[in-house]
Amino acid sequence: MNLTLLVWRQASPSAAGRMERYEAKGMSPDMSFLEMLDVVNEGLIERGETPIAFEHDCREGICGSCGLMIDGVAHGPMSGTATCQLHMRSFRDGATITIEPWRARAFPVLRDLVVDRGAFDRIIQAGGYIGVATGNAPDANAIPIAKDVVDRAMDAAQCIGCGACVAACPNASAMLFTAAKATHLGLLPQGQTERYRRALRMVTRMDIEGFGGCTNFGECQEACPKEISVDTIARLNRDYLKASLVASPSADGGADGG
Amino acid sequence: MQWLLSFYRSTIGKKILMAVTGLLLVGFVVSHMLANLLVFQGPGKLDEYAAFLRGTGGALWVARGGLLAAAVLHVVLALQLTRLNQVSRPARYARRVPQVSTLGSRSMRWGGVLLLAFIVYHLLHFTFGPTHPSYPAFDHATVHANVLTAFTGRWGVVAFYVVAMGALGLHLSHGVWSMLQTVGVNHPNLNQGRRRLAQALAAVVALGFAAVPIAVGLGWVR
Amino acid sequence: MELNARIPSGPIEQKWDRAKFENKLVNPANKRKHTVLVVGSGLAGASAAATLGELGYRVECFCFQDSPRRAHSIAAQGGINAAKNYQNDGDSIYRLFYDTVKGGDFRSREANVYRLAQISVEIIDQCVAQGVPFAREYGGLLANRSFGGAQVSRTFYARGQTGQQLLLGAYSALERQIAAGTVRMFPRTEMLDLIVIDGRARGIVVRDLVTGRIEPHFGDAVVLGTGGYSNVFYLSTNAKGCNVTATYRAYKRGAAFGNPCFTQIHPTCIPVSGDYQSKLTLMSESLRNDGRVWVPKQKGDTRRPRSIPEAERDYYLERKYPSFGNLAPRDIASRSAKEVCDEGRGVGENGLGVYLDFADAIGRLGEQVIRERYGNLFEMYQRITDEDPYRVPMRIFPAVHYTMGGLWVDYHLMSTVPGLFVIGEANFSDHGANRLGASALMQGLADGYFVLPHTIGDYLARGTPGPPDAGHADVRGVLEAVHERTRRLLAVQGARTVDSFHRELGRVMWDHCGMARNDAGLRKALARIPEIREEFWRNVRVLGEGEELNQSLEKAGRVADFLEFGELMCRDALHRRESCGGHFREESQTPEGEALRDDDQYAYVAAWAYAGDGREPVLHKEPLAFEYVPLATRSYK
Ligand SMILES: Cc1cc2nc3c(=O)[nH]c(=O)nc-3n(C[C@H](O)[C@H](O)[C@H](O)COP(=O)(O)OP(=O)(O)OC[C@H]3O[C@@H](n4cnc5c(N)ncnc54)[C@H](O)[C@@H]3O)c2cc1C
Ligand code: HEM
Ligand code: HEM
Ligand code: SF4
Ligand code: F3S
Ligand code: FES
Repeated sequence: MNLTLLVWRQASPSAAGRMERYEAKGMSPDMSFLEMLDVVNEGLIERGETPIAFEHDCREGICGSCGLMIDGVAHGPMSGTATCQLHMRSFRDGATITIEPWRARAFPVLRDLVVDRGAFDRIIQAGGYIGVATGNAPDANAIPIAKDVVDRAMDAAQCIGCGACVAACPNASAMLFTAAKATHLGLLPQGQTERYRRALRMVTRMDIEGFGGCTNFGECQEACPKEISVDTIARLNRDYLKASLVASPSADGGADGG
Repeated sequence: MQWLLSFYRSTIGKKILMAVTGLLLVGFVVSHMLANLLVFQGPGKLDEYAAFLRGTGGALWVARGGLLAAAVLHVVLALQLTRLNQVSRPARYARRVPQVSTLGSRSMRWGGVLLLAFIVYHLLHFTFGPTHPSYPAFDHATVHANVLTAFTGRWGVVAFYVVAMGALGLHLSHGVWSMLQTVGVNHPNLNQGRRRLAQALAAVVALGFAAVPIAVGLGWVR
Repeated sequence: MELNARIPSGPIEQKWDRAKFENKLVNPANKRKHTVLVVGSGLAGASAAATLGELGYRVECFCFQDSPRRAHSIAAQGGINAAKNYQNDGDSIYRLFYDTVKGGDFRSREANVYRLAQISVEIIDQCVAQGVPFAREYGGLLANRSFGGAQVSRTFYARGQTGQQLLLGAYSALERQIAAGTVRMFPRTEMLDLIVIDGRARGIVVRDLVTGRIEPHFGDAVVLGTGGYSNVFYLSTNAKGCNVTATYRAYKRGAAFGNPCFTQIHPTCIPVSGDYQSKLTLMSESLRNDGRVWVPKQKGDTRRPRSIPEAERDYYLERKYPSFGNLAPRDIASRSAKEVCDEGRGVGENGLGVYLDFADAIGRLGEQVIRERYGNLFEMYQRITDEDPYRVPMRIFPAVHYTMGGLWVDYHLMSTVPGLFVIGEANFSDHGANRLGASALMQGLADGYFVLPHTIGDYLARGTPGPPDAGHADVRGVLEAVHERTRRLLAVQGARTVDSFHRELGRVMWDHCGMARNDAGLRKALARIPEIREEFWRNVRVLGEGEELNQSLEKAGRVADFLEFGELMCRDALHRRESCGGHFREESQTPEGEALRDDDQYAYVAAWAYAGDGREPVLHKEPLAFEYVPLATRSYK
């Protein structure tokens, strides 16, 4: 199949970028989207042009490295898939495809389609963990956990940290990412002791990083390759409210959030 | 108080206040809409009700005060959130295709502004009078008469009201659901209900309100 | 160089306790005076860095991805083993130990494996405490499944994303330490060389992948948890970024490389579809619990699978290995698949594939149960192949998946360079010549959470020279070497892309150093690889500059190392004229075509020492003694 690509090119974080047009000829519908870009890049290199920088690693939808805005949709047309799992058979021959990086104040562009998602790590640092040092854990079966609770925790825990929720959110809000982690840990008995402190600190950090607020558009859930539900957001809102009203002051929002 | 400050500062805190003030406003419009329907009960009824309200004296002022505060806070928060959310994406996408967000959710902002405009006009219309045809002879106590004179034969005004009610309906169709989501009212068994509730309420309120100017305009109310 | 494994004396059950007791301890007040550089943030690296941070050491952790959470461990699907015996089916530490030694075809160190089995129990406790949502029964207790090559159910799992959940657990512990200030994280930072002074590891040279800046980091000890080198085959189940650079550079600085030729070919991967193929996708072998593997009885049978009657199907694993059937160990399952395809009975367009059929299981358990168990794997398969495995059998083919070989380490996980420790897949590991399913996650976490933090303390407590000053001649030497290499890569300005060389190398490795190896083929590879390397340095085209985010440059550096390392692998494969585990030498097989070990000659670890460019590496041998698991031919019949 033959395609026309409109790709965002930007040499460095400070440089001004623009959309460039490329012809991608003789592609196979069985190729993955990233393999299509590989082939385009090979061609560019042979012609002595700088290849398009894009992030990827596992190429099976689990590491969360990849992430492109394809035709205005985060991770492309197929729902419940990361960019690397997208195959060219989802496009028609002769199509023109627009490819852009995630756009958000908290995700500065480093080069072309590569953005800096470090803000996500800092949100986790603020409280996305259960504080248990190596070695002092009770037997794994000491605390039974109802199957449906674990299953719901697992649904939220599947987040791969790709950032599509932010990219798709009209407010560039990181609520789905933050809520997914808060929900995963907040559902489990092991996560209870730090539950409200966690909610306060993660949300504070999220705000400090410059993400927008959630106004319940619901685009994030649709873009999420792991189909994480906005119900997690309602849950985080509730926890945050509780935390603010009842939690002891010691559960500080940590202005530094970290 | 520290906690209140950081609560207000946070995006979720703002959003929750948004929801709470929103809820008050919803409460008001629902009751107001029901009261307005008294118009159809023939002359007097509405005036009696208005008189009764004024009779309650202090209570009414408290209610008005709370309502005003809520409305102001709601609007201020709306502006702050909107501002914050716009700066969160300085560089726009060349192409962005919304997938699931509803018209309601996407019209919260300008819809809200329209509502603000409406409310201002509306207060000058029926409460203070300057925009009312009977002005300067305007007496806000003769509510029933005021409503009739305000809409009979005045299609422009009717149209404006109807449009405003449309905006209100949209606003609520997302707002009420959003409100529940924001304060964390969610449970697998509820979640389907939340959207339907919002849409039903929005429809009832919008139609209930719009019925009056339309009916009056068509001369169905004596 | 003599290889001292430093295995504690005494009965095997007590060795680890004894070691922990005999190890010197670092005074708590002094811990923060010691800097440890941890390269890698996978299960091994992240768990080690977090635990060292908790203990109070000053830690610097490096990874090439943009976040430590993306290390390739994230991709592990099937599960993690532990001798909990929750299922009361006769499991025990001793059985796990026994299975692992036997599964490794008697090419691993008994003491290490026993320790691994002991620690496996603590790992599960630790992970559950961190909030890893392992699958559970309705009663609320942990669920287990049986996994490739095991007759007990000892595998813990979190849907098909066990590695992800375990890594996110370790990652959260790591982030917690970063917030606490004990660990400094350097993502998007690639280690390009090791700094060795007076025979001790004193630091590393890294390249900041965003700015391209090359700079040294110093510490009292260096830990490599940089994963496996399957990508030497170009096509493998590993992530695109997986590389041998860190370990190979260390090898060139004096660390011996153990059993480089021991690679694992995973039986259940999605077949190649075209030459644009950039990587292979694994279908967790847990699928083999319910799927039945078969091919048509007669060659070139092109009928659609469903229209081939039972009588004309060959369920070859069930036929050849009645007691294990479809659960036969990986190396055996893979080789059998190759055999039937060589016989021309393979399925799919290019005849390189066999069926994995769920029709029976769906009939027996119902589609819902199967969806419960493998839903996301089936989805993944359908997304890639556009075929619905609930209706048509999957097509699978073996693919390179894991490398048992790695830097040689002693019982303390220290390499032959004092102060250089190696953990996880990067070391030559406890898996001998073949790794059992669900035991790599176990090993990575055992090394990182429980072993290294003890053993490194012993090294530090015995006194270290401390970080050198940046101006030291040797430091400047290494830095200059790295700069020079980068300059050369950019200077060639030839005609071919990096990937084209990588593909070419991969084909040579797959053809001659893959599932079956023989003298002639290996010699051919040994002749070919230097030619490819020579052309690479003459004709590769790497655009852009060094001082910027330059993905081609990153790739080029990694491929350059693969081009040298591939040779070492073939040399090792050539020297080991026996078949064992994943290493199948056609010259050494039983009449029925089973692998034939030669314990008299090859019951040792081959540790290769670098002897300078253009010189043959020197082979050192660590003899292996089997006191607890009597040497026996592995039979899964
Ligand atoms: C698809 C797949 C499925 C698997 N399933 C299972 C399973 O079900 N059960 C099981 O037990 N095992 C499984 N394995 C094997 C297991 O996942 C790996 O062996 C194990 O996770 C390796 O962990 P690690 O920490 O040693 O290395 P990795 O997780 O690969 O981490 C390597 C780290 O080193 C860093 N790094 C590498 N090179 C450099 C460099 N030059 N400079 C700086 N940093 C560097 C990387 O950034 C990364 O952080 C699977 C493997 C694959 C590929
Ligand atoms: C007067 C001008 C008004 C403006 C500018 C305005 C604006 C907004 C905006 C922007 C939102 C979205 C905020 C968010 O979701 O975070 C919103 C939400 C809402 N508004 Fe209004 N609004 C106005 C009037 C009203 C009125 C009159 C009502 C009641 C009838 C109302 C009810 C609500 C409700 C219930 C929400 C949902 C809050 C939430 O999402 O949690 N608003 N409003
Ligand atoms: C077509 C629909 C409407 C009609 C016919 C209507 C009519 C009236 C009338 C007659 C009054 C004067 C009552 C009195 O002074 O005793 C009034 C007051 C008021 N209306 Fe409406 N109204 C309508 C819609 C709305 C809406 C949608 C809102 C808000 C979103 C609103 C907000 C108010 C307010 C705030 C007052 C002042 C109440 C007070 O004096 O305390 N109205 N309205
Ligand atoms: S929530 Fe979904 S979209 Fe957001 S980072 Fe996680 S996986 Fe990506
Ligand atoms: S799209 Fe944005 S507004 Fe909220 S629901 Fe999702 S984060
Ligand atoms: S490359 Fe790993 S998720 Fe896409």
